[in-house]
Amino acid sequence: MNKITKNNLITYGIVIFAYIVFEILMLTGNLSSHLKGLLVPMTYYAVIAVALNLCVGILGELSIGHCGFMCLGAFSSAFFSKATENVLPTVPRFIIAFIIGIGVAALFGFLIGIPVLRLKGDYLAIVTLAFGEIIKNVINSFYIGIDSKGLHMNMKSAMDLNMEADGNVIVNGAMGITGTPHNANFTIGIVVLLISLFIVQNLINSRDGRAIMAIRDNYIAAEATGINVTGYKMMAFTISAAIAGAAGVLFSHNITTLTASSQYFGYNASIMILVYVVLGGIGNIRGSVIAACILYMLPELLRGLNTYRMLIYSIILIVMMIVNWSPKIIAWREKKFGKSGMFGLIGRIIFRRNKEVA
Amino acid sequence: MALLEVNNLSISFGGLRAVDNFNVQIEKGELYGLIGPNGAGKTTVFNLLTGVYKPNEGIIRLDGEDITRKSTIEINHAGIARTFQNIRLFKNMSVIDNVKVGLSEHYKYSALEGMLHIGNYKRVEKEMDDEAMRLLQVFGLDLERDYLAANLPYGKQRKLEIARAMATSPKLLLLDEPAAGMNPNETKELMDTIALVRREFNMTILLIEHDMKLVSGICEKLTVLNFGRVLCQGDTKDVLSNPEVITAYLGE
Repeated sequence: MNKITKNNLITYGIVIFAYIVFEILMLTGNLSSHLKGLLVPMTYYAVIAVALNLCVGILGELSIGHCGFMCLGAFSSAFFSKATENVLPTVPRFIIAFIIGIGVAALFGFLIGIPVLRLKGDYLAIVTLAFGEIIKNVINSFYIGIDSKGLHMNMKSAMDLNMEADGNVIVNGAMGITGTPHNANFTIGIVVLLISLFIVQNLINSRDGRAIMAIRDNYIAAEATGINVTGYKMMAFTISAAIAGAAGVLFSHNITTLTASSQYFGYNASIMILVYVVLGGIGNIRGSVIAACILYMLPELLRGLNTYRMLIYSIILIVMMIVNWSPKIIAWREKKFGKSGMFGLIGRIIFRRNKEVA
Repeated sequence: MALLEVNNLSISFGGLRAVDNFNVQIEKGELYGLIGPNGAGKTTVFNLLTGVYKPNEGIIRLDGEDITRKSTIEINHAGIARTFQNIRLFKNMSVIDNVKVGLSEHYKYSALEGMLHIGNYKRVEKEMDDEAMRLLQVFGLDLERDYLAANLPYGKQRKLEIARAMATSPKLLLLDEPAAGMNPNETKELMDTIALVRREFNMTILLIEHDMKLVSGICEKLTVLNFGRVLCQGDTKDVLSNPEVITAYLGE
């Protein structure tokens, strides 16, 4: 019990330490404006990596459509913020936007979970991929406007909305939502990350979390032990979708033009998040935060190397994979540096396997 | 009234009548053995009792309650716990967590309390820890509480599986070939464990077994299955000396 609490505190500590370092760098002017712009994305990718790890590592179901939930959170909250921009003050509006983004993503997570969680393994992965794409493409075809008469909506074009003169097109089809207020910042991103970590890590060490992991390890035995397998699968998937929705709220409130494009919400983006989770260690929540931050920042920091950038990035991915997963390397690491040395300590903090706590 | 009452239980897979007209009555506190040659339908009977398969005919009553067509989960809640022929533990979880999964039906707090660690969380978790430790002590696993279940030696994995089943506070415990793959020493220890479970928890046990030494050593009553049918039923001594049983199962 004590050890688990300590491990959780280390995770929060790492996040807060990184926050302080970046804040100091920013205040002393050591951070270029390009890097400053990467800080918020770093936090929401860490958040969605935590969400996906809950689904892949704790529940044990491979989902590659998680960007779909992020997309839902982003659009629903941006729609709300844009529609009430002149009505509500910033703070309550942003809080309600969070509630809406999380709520919509959770609702769709629940609805999609009903058919999807009947499947297993590869089939489940393929269907989540399909749902992710469906969400993106459906959102792309909506036109929604608001005027004195209320909401107008169709799936043809902005002209067909037939609005009054004071009308305002909010969602403009594939052009998305433009001009969402920039309410998200690094501090809020870190707070959202800490809350997600708090919820997921607490969940793992609770009655429900144990039931979820029992299903992952052996669902036949879980059923025979009286665990409601379907119910707990739905619960984990819905919570995971809700956290992905929170990442989406951060996303949409940090970008000028929000479009449901493949670049941000397509399956490539979902795979990228899966890479964070796998390289951070499946089931290792702390690892996925660290991997998300490093692997998001890396290609941006390597920009100076131009064409060699992706080459180096992929080599780093391979090296990380080997260092993190190869049994021989793990044994060598422990032999060479011990479990108590400096490297061993860092190694244990970074490469800690879920198994040691779970 | 018998604790478990099974009447005319039958199931067919395609043309094969895997279990045909199976009857059994187990009284409270009995240790009942189910034996038979390979493919006789013993594990199928277990799967019928625990709701994995639904019978074509017949009725199963536990403590007077009809549980015939209920789901595995409902049957567990009604009071039947089981272990598996090939051990099925939650391998990537610690020993104590395996037991706590079994306890979770009886120690409850809301999901929100679990996610935020507020309200009843601390108190109920403490109670669960105490109860789990008590169980682990009974089974001699208390020193391994933080081990991963996968890292336990084979004999202790069996014990943990029984401990997890006992954590659901069942009325009837089903053991599917508990001695499979064990050496004579481990089998001896297992017999002690089963005797301990009966003594400590006053448990009714139905077990499938191949090891005749174990069966004749601890079971009070036996049912012999052959080709899905009951060949012989009664007190262990009588059954084992029945010439029909000897030809069908034990050989000459």
